[in-house]
Amino acid sequence: MIQLQDVAVTYAGSEAPALSGVTLSVPEGELCLVIGGTGSGKSTLLGTMNGLVPYFTGGRLSGRVTVAGRDTAHHPPRELADVVGAVGQDARATFVTDTVIDELAYTMESLALPRAVMRRRVEDTMDLLGLADLRDRDLRTLSGGEAQRVAIGAVLAAQPRILVLDEPTSALDPGAAEEVLAILQRLVHDIGLTVVIAEHRLERVVQYADSVIVLAGPGGPVRHCSPGEAMAESDIFPPVVALGRLAGWAPLPLSIRDARRAAPALRARLQDAPAVPPTAPPNRDGPPVAQVRGLEVRYAGVTALQGLDLDVRAGQITAVMGRNGAGKSTLLGALCGLVKPNRGTVRIAGADGPERTDGLFVDPRALVGSALLHHVGLVPQQPSDLLYGETAAQECAQSDRESGSPAGLTAQLFQSIAPGAELERHPRDLSEGQRLALALAVVLSGRPRLVLLDEPTRGLDYPAKARLARTLRELAAAGLAIVLATHDVELAAECSDRTVVLAQGQLIADGPSRDVVTHSPVFAPQVAKILAPLPMLTIADVRLALGAPR
Amino acid sequence: MKPRLVHPVAWWLWAIGMAAAAMRTRNLVLLALIVAVVCYVTLARRIDAPWARAFTLMWRLALLTVLFTVVLQIVLGIRYPGTVLLRLPGTTLPDWSGGIALGGDVTAEALLAALTNGLRLAAIIVCFGSANALAHPTRLLRVVPAALYELGVAAVVAITFVPQLAESTVRIRQAQRLRGRPITGLRGLRGLLVPVLEESLERAIALAASMDSRGYGRRGDVGRAFRALTGAAVLVGLIGACFGTYTVIDSAADRTVGVVALAGGTAVAAAGALIAGRRTQRTSLRKDPWGWPEWLTAGSGIAVAVAYRIAVPNDVNAGYELEWPHAPVSAVLLTVVGVLAGVLTPRPPLPGARATRSPERQLAGTG
Repeated sequence: MIQLQDVAVTYAGSEAPALSGVTLSVPEGELCLVIGGTGSGKSTLLGTMNGLVPYFTGGRLSGRVTVAGRDTAHHPPRELADVVGAVGQDARATFVTDTVIDELAYTMESLALPRAVMRRRVEDTMDLLGLADLRDRDLRTLSGGEAQRVAIGAVLAAQPRILVLDEPTSALDPGAAEEVLAILQRLVHDIGLTVVIAEHRLERVVQYADSVIVLAGPGGPVRHCSPGEAMAESDIFPPVVALGRLAGWAPLPLSIRDARRAAPALRARLQDAPAVPPTAPPNRDGPPVAQVRGLEVRYAGVTALQGLDLDVRAGQITAVMGRNGAGKSTLLGALCGLVKPNRGTVRIAGADGPERTDGLFVDPRALVGSALLHHVGLVPQQPSDLLYGETAAQECAQSDRESGSPAGLTAQLFQSIAPGAELERHPRDLSEGQRLALALAVVLSGRPRLVLLDEPTRGLDYPAKARLARTLRELAAAGLAIVLATHDVELAAECSDRTVVLAQGQLIADGPSRDVVTHSPVFAPQVAKILAPLPMLTIADVRLALGAPR
Repeated sequence: MKPRLVHPVAWWLWAIGMAAAAMRTRNLVLLALIVAVVCYVTLARRIDAPWARAFTLMWRLALLTVLFTVVLQIVLGIRYPGTVLLRLPGTTLPDWSGGIALGGDVTAEALLAALTNGLRLAAIIVCFGSANALAHPTRLLRVVPAALYELGVAAVVAITFVPQLAESTVRIRQAQRLRGRPITGLRGLRGLLVPVLEESLERAIALAASMDSRGYGRRGDVGRAFRALTGAAVLVGLIGACFGTYTVIDSAADRTVGVVALAGGTAVAAAGALIAGRRTQRTSLRKDPWGWPEWLTAGSGIAVAVAYRIAVPNDVNAGYELEWPHAPVSAVLLTVVGVLAGVLTPRPPLPGARATRSPERQLAGTG
């Protein structure tokens, strides 16, 4: 269905190719997963499959790409629209019209399908993706999960034979992600659709894949093999595979179900192991750094948060979880004074230093200019929003000036969070992980006592995520209070001490992460699901219990 | 009556009709009445959408125009003899300036002339703003001939530009605040402008890529030369028609040339669009119906224009007499016909859940 012959892509202005020597063939009706670290060329590979590379990105493509028998050298993306449907990373950026129903029809209209056919297919697509209730909704009012479903529906309605998806679940909560993947799997099974997915969160997708394309790095070798083979050798793997490797299971399980069937022996061993790992280091329960009382926030008549009480403590990493639109971002916004409460109060601990509010609690909205930096810092969903410099070095220098820190502090923080990052690069040219590290360094340079991170693992590969978790643990150990809004259950399990679950703006669970996540089928990490009822969350827990060196 | 949106072309015809009427008269009462009618209909029939909200901007601009012409007349303008209200120190410019004076005697007649001219301009601006607010832009775009590919892409990008701009502005201002930067004043503006424009550009490219990969502007089995030819025909025809309209309206120009250009241009453009349309390249899910509300809307606008042409004496080139403007009852009644478009047509559909902005789109909720 898709054939690449000796394909190489070199972007304008760069000497090294982003892809080189790629020869592979994806047969019809296959769900093919593309994996690789950040910057390894996943998006480029996907882009070649509908001609966006090089028609829209520029650069030079050599070799031959054939999609459903059409050579992309002679067919620009618009002439491939009837066979390939592509959805980019940001579903909202692909919206052309303004209501759901118009968006669903857009591709078909371009393909000049008769109206009667369009009507029927729009209805079918809405049923398939559960969009019937959204029919006339304005696209700008959709939540992340809804937007992703509409974007998929919009290309699916034209009944392409191939679907190309770039990180379709990165913005979605675990439940919504599972829903989208279940739909894709159904399409592959029922109508023989060929699906190509690039994804970082393998724990969500690998069990659905028929084959895996492994990209070793920019311009590096490319392998196309079965998921089992890929997982046995790749250095990118989900926790279920890590557990399988640790326990020496063969064949390697890829799904929770397979792993559980292999797990009884391991569970028995762990049961007998002398001590369950300690829940949390004792010192992680410092004085409160933020107090939220009766917080209520409404936007245009819609309640985003309601009657919320929360204490955030120093030395503690608090994970805030919940569905898309549950109020996580709003809570972070209120904690750093960007969101005005309609009712209730938000108070954060004062800072020592020139403001002399140490020992007092202040309203973050009352802090102006650099005073805010010394109290609280937020790393937004898109870390690049915080960055304006031409180079990372310039950004660091600017940040030192703004926060009144000694020169070189931000650069030093940046280097320690992301070792080896080049300071002379434009922030845009850094990898996702490095950009996040730079934004975090900028935030930390103000020496705030409260650090907030909104969805920090979007676009991060496993090594970058592990580094982030390590950094956050170090910061908490140094006495900072960290609040993490995330959909990433593995990250939350990895580093959080406490988990708060929001639903429709209300706090529905609050407690030690170990207790909260193991009791939830949605928020439990893979290891917990496999080893339940044992209270273990991560591979590190298992290693510790088995007495293996950490 | 089932709520629905009236066809965008009908709104444009209505607005053009009202504007044509405004151009025909210099009667202050009638001009004010036209502005009132247009504003009423716009407020009654617009929906809560970004393009419709821009109407606020348009009427403010109209108000500013009136003020500006009056102030300009006081400071710098053609001097009319008559009742002197104010004596400003000034000089008369040499002959080549065409009678424009700097300062000097400000007469009531001169102010009246300025007010009238300002109000006429304001009326036209309000009509234009009204058409923009009432005509759903993406539906209007469906009327754009498929032959004009680049124009279509540019139009879609432009339509999504304003709401997207507002969104990025909020987000980036929040980020500025988080970094303890000034968010007001010149420095704040500079820090805001660069990232906002950068983001807009990126979004525009992403949108164009999305349109293309979803088949917009597909050639299908139509040849490249054929497309270029029909595209050129439509474009040339439209330019001709615009030129024609301008000359017809401009009283100083030769009418016959205008009429020929208008008719010829329209014919060429229509032929191009028709030929291109026969090789179907594009269909639409919803047929924007053209029923009696559309006939009524377009009809009422055109009726006002025609009635002014026939029934209201052309006083555009008359002098400015200091007297209470006399408004014939017939002209007042004829103007009020324009209100029908805002009374008898179906209401626009309720906004549904559109009031809820998705907080995720911003840095951290709505600030």
